[in-house]
Amino acid sequence: MVHFYMPVPIIKVQNLIKKYGNLTAVSDISFEVEQGTIFGFLGPNGAGKTTTIGILCTLLAPTSGSASIFGHDCARESSEVRKSIGIVFQDTTLDKDLTARENLVFHAYLYDVKKSERDRRINEALTFVGLYDRGDDLVKKFSGGMKRRLEVARGLIHRPKVLFLDEPTLGLDPQTRANLWDFIVELPRRHNVTIFMTTHYMDEAEVCDRIAIIDRGKIITIGTPEELKKTIGGDVIYVKTSDNRRAKSEIEKLFRVEVSEQDGELFLTSLKGDACIPEIIRALGDSVLSVRLQRPTLNDVFLKMTGREMRSEDVSSGDTLKAEVRTYRRHHDRS
Amino acid sequence: MIEVNAVYVLVAREFKKFIRERSRLISTIARPLIWLFLVGGGMSKLVSPGMGLMGVSYIQFIFPGILGMTILFSAIFSSISIIWDKEFGLMKEILVAPVSRFSIVAGKALSGTIVSVIQAVIILALFPFLGIRIGATGIIETILVCTLLSFCIASLGIVIATFYDNFESFSVIMNFIVMPMFFLSGAMYPVKMLPQILKLVARLNPLTYGIDALKHTVFEGAGIFDFSLVTDVCVLLATSVVFVGVAGTLFERKK
Repeated sequence: MVHFYMPVPIIKVQNLIKKYGNLTAVSDISFEVEQGTIFGFLGPNGAGKTTTIGILCTLLAPTSGSASIFGHDCARESSEVRKSIGIVFQDTTLDKDLTARENLVFHAYLYDVKKSERDRRINEALTFVGLYDRGDDLVKKFSGGMKRRLEVARGLIHRPKVLFLDEPTLGLDPQTRANLWDFIVELPRRHNVTIFMTTHYMDEAEVCDRIAIIDRGKIITIGTPEELKKTIGGDVIYVKTSDNRRAKSEIEKLFRVEVSEQDGELFLTSLKGDACIPEIIRALGDSVLSVRLQRPTLNDVFLKMTGREMRSEDVSSGDTLKAEVRTYRRHHDRS
Repeated sequence: MIEVNAVYVLVAREFKKFIRERSRLISTIARPLIWLFLVGGGMSKLVSPGMGLMGVSYIQFIFPGILGMTILFSAIFSSISIIWDKEFGLMKEILVAPVSRFSIVAGKALSGTIVSVIQAVIILALFPFLGIRIGATGIIETILVCTLLSFCIASLGIVIATFYDNFESFSVIMNFIVMPMFFLSGAMYPVKMLPQILKLVARLNPLTYGIDALKHTVFEGAGIFDFSLVTDVCVLLATSVVFVGVAGTLFERKK
């Protein structure tokens, strides 16, 4: 009998729409996330990432469509969903007037962690995020990176099946960001959780197993980072030789691709750039002066898909949208 | 459904913070003392015991009102910390937890109750210095009324807090809700003496019944009450139930 490996979707989102008045924050998105993977939601500010997380973690009601976690509908079976998820929000949600340990105790009680388990899990979590020695310090004395690590630790206390990280590195310095990522990529293996994260940093999205690029409330494309990069044609190889004319015709013969020249350097695109380099060197021998390989980034993907750079003015228009949504919420919350 | 674990931890958090923030305790105790001795002491010379106060001096007369004031301020403050939690995020952590909204409301209301009763008891301990005599039963009854009133006001505070999500609204709540509630409660002058319209407003104010009940328990049978003790307690119980129900429902709403 043949067993097929069937990936288990733990998060299912179908035709999800969220409107605030005339404003469509999330516009008909569908996707699935497999168990034990890191899924990234990549897009500029205001693209609808946080709104989607809000719906998935039962804080917002969708306008239409459905979202479910482990088969439980996020809108109708909130309580079941809440038990199986952990969340690290964009803005810190720690009580700054309590100590790190007290914040974790608070969480453990809220999630009804058994008494016999409580202390062990809390100590484990503090050790895991390297804050064991600071456990009895008030959170207001912590740096941004420490707070974020503590929040991740807190999110894991009740052993969730899915951990949501909404812009986990926002506002952190590069060093802290790098450390936090080293720590996050370990989570699925060490804690057996599925990670759903959002970011607007292209380089950060590369740690994901799968990525959905979202812009203006719509999913533009979904795939592994490799697949997405392939859509823009692969790697670019730059070659400098003592005789560029001869080299150009040699390489063109070798790979049957077009080779261009710019600033005394030949360049060509290839899906498997790293494998091409030895062949080029073998064919051209001593005449090769330098070879370098440039891998496409997700920024290139975003640029190709949307025709816009992700940063620059696009971010500010996103911020405007975000501000509009916030204002709308403030005004209409009460009605 | 009420989750005991959640209610417990919400109360424990509030209590821990209450003990840690000495300045908060000092300022909430200082306010009633200032009113009692500076306002009450000063007014005593103007108000003669004959003016409808049934033989008690003015400073004695306002004592139940000052207890009510202590409760009003501390219970509302405690509940309004929900707005603080919304602004600084902790409320989200609570809302995504697998805990019913009624547990959150119950936890918050009980936190406010405990914190207020502690402060009211500290003020109550002043009665011998004011020449008031209260027996042991009177003291117990007074503390029970304080508890009920605290719960009622704390629940009202939660209802108010659900309507605001930033701290700029704080002064609005203070100036347009808390201060009028205090002045139209019979704390500083008998409700009987108010003009007809204000008398009507005072009758809609739960604090009026709380302070009236405290007058019953502090001055056993001095005859300066507006309602019977049974009426007071029933009104407080009924409004508490309504406020908790409304607060729970408002919390349950999703955006």
